[in-house]
Amino acid sequence: MIVTVASGKGGTGKTTVAVNLALSVGSTRLLDCDVEEPNAHTLLHPRELQTATVTVLTPRVNQEKCTLCGKCAEFCQFNAIFVGKTKTMIYEEMCHSCGGCKLVCPEEGAITEVDRPIGKIHQSTIEDTHLVYGELSIGEPIATTLIQAVKNQISPDSINILDAPPGTACPVIETMRESDFLVLVTEPTPFGLHDLSMAVDVVKELGIPFGVIINRAGIGDEGVAKFCEKDNIPILMEIPFNRTIAELYSRGTPFVQEMPEWRQKFSDLYNHIVRLVENGE
Amino acid sequence: MVSEIAVISGKGGTGKTTVCAALGVIADDVVMADCDVDAPDLHILLNPTVKSATEFVGSKVATIDESICTECGLCAESCRFGAITDNKVDQIACEGCGVCEHVCPERAIKMIDRQSGNLYESDTRIGHMAHAKLLPGEGNSGRLVTEVRKLATKIATDNGTSIVLIDGSPGIGCPVIATVTGIKMGVIVTEPTMSGIHDMQRVLELLGKFNVKSTVIINKFDLNLENTEAIENYCRENDVEVLGRIKFDPIMTKSMVAAQTLPEFAPDHEITQLLQSIWTRINEILPT
Repeated sequence: MIVTVASGKGGTGKTTVAVNLALSVGSTRLLDCDVEEPNAHTLLHPRELQTATVTVLTPRVNQEKCTLCGKCAEFCQFNAIFVGKTKTMIYEEMCHSCGGCKLVCPEEGAITEVDRPIGKIHQSTIEDTHLVYGELSIGEPIATTLIQAVKNQISPDSINILDAPPGTACPVIETMRESDFLVLVTEPTPFGLHDLSMAVDVVKELGIPFGVIINRAGIGDEGVAKFCEKDNIPILMEIPFNRTIAELYSRGTPFVQEMPEWRQKFSDLYNHIVRLVENGE
Repeated sequence: MVSEIAVISGKGGTGKTTVCAALGVIADDVVMADCDVDAPDLHILLNPTVKSATEFVGSKVATIDESICTECGLCAESCRFGAITDNKVDQIACEGCGVCEHVCPERAIKMIDRQSGNLYESDTRIGHMAHAKLLPGEGNSGRLVTEVRKLATKIATDNGTSIVLIDGSPGIGCPVIATVTGIKMGVIVTEPTMSGIHDMQRVLELLGKFNVKSTVIINKFDLNLENTEAIENYCRENDVEVLGRIKFDPIMTKSMVAAQTLPEFAPDHEITQLLQSIWTRINEILPT
């Protein structure tokens, strides 16, 4: 089972939902796919980390063999290569690792591809939650490969809970693909509604069953609830705006640990999701 | 010379757009630029009238002519993005690199322009605005952000306005790098939570890498005074000015629900006054 928690708008409570859900269900794999700003570990406080470096293939030019013909730069769609009068330069961060430059280079051995580190993935087991999170190196623009590396740690026979990055652009789609169910977390405000409706459009296109959680219920207006009713979207849970919950989050404490009555609610939520997936509704 | 100031955060939902719109109202003469092209929200508060909309073509996408294709599979084998299966192109996975077109022995593959979003030039009640919307699932947010910045700077130059105020996106990746490269100042809106601090440190490091002057605003500071102090200490040690701390107040959400900026909704409120003094301070320390 793969359940992905996403949102459209940032800061609506994706990580709060993903972590509290994981802790309430027990025996889960929690994969934080927001590799630009991973936060699940700030709530779970892993002690010992197993860390691996993630690399991408990047071209390297042998200047001795390069004839400065310029075919590589002409081919590159990502402006990652500049052929000057004396030298060919590679702008590594711009490179998408398509391999095209090496393919079109007429000189044997002038372009080779080498592994270049772009970030790390960390793993740790905290009681019965196995946490995996990626950490993109500062200054690296492309998160996709790192998200794939985190997703490679999905175990098909386990319960996998994925924490997605905000938005609806390519890193989010990369995270959502192959999910059995999507939980969209929003807040009852005009910003929350606007970004939720964007996320709903994307999710419908992907054809994955989904439902909504309204976080900080009570702070805003009725727009989100009306939207869900009109579009027949199940509201799976409402988490009220509550200063205690906000303070616990600020200290890095998942609120089910201090408010045990919520464990049952999250575990019911998971059972509800399983039913929705199995019934194919 | 136009100076660009970007409100960013690392972590989402810390109050970037609320703060940015409020500063825009307080400032006498700025051009607003919404560089959160993935999930733009500034228009909800500023209600822009679009003067011109342009299709943004950020990349290409492969198409296979089935009448020529011999199903040899070379394209799928060469594609590093897993975008071709059973001689069909997965539009979302395709990065537009052109390798498949190059390797196809039958010339059955063509790379065609792909619209990744729309770019808008607009008027609002507080002045001009440049904004955009990336189409869902697109990956060229950085290039579209650059287009928004170019448009905003052009509007500012044409109108003799000296400041472009940018509402940024969360994260530290492609769109944020495109937002902060070459700007005069980054205003980081953070919150006193473990994740807020963690994400602020990463975005500060990013600004440092691009030699951009950083400043910080602590939103909802009274949620956790200990963490607020930790942020202030961290900023002091790293020579980053904290422009102000905003207390948690439901009026922020109330003004958003009313689709207004805080200074319009509550002109005499203490947070409005604080934001006025923050704007004055930003102008004092803005590098020339």
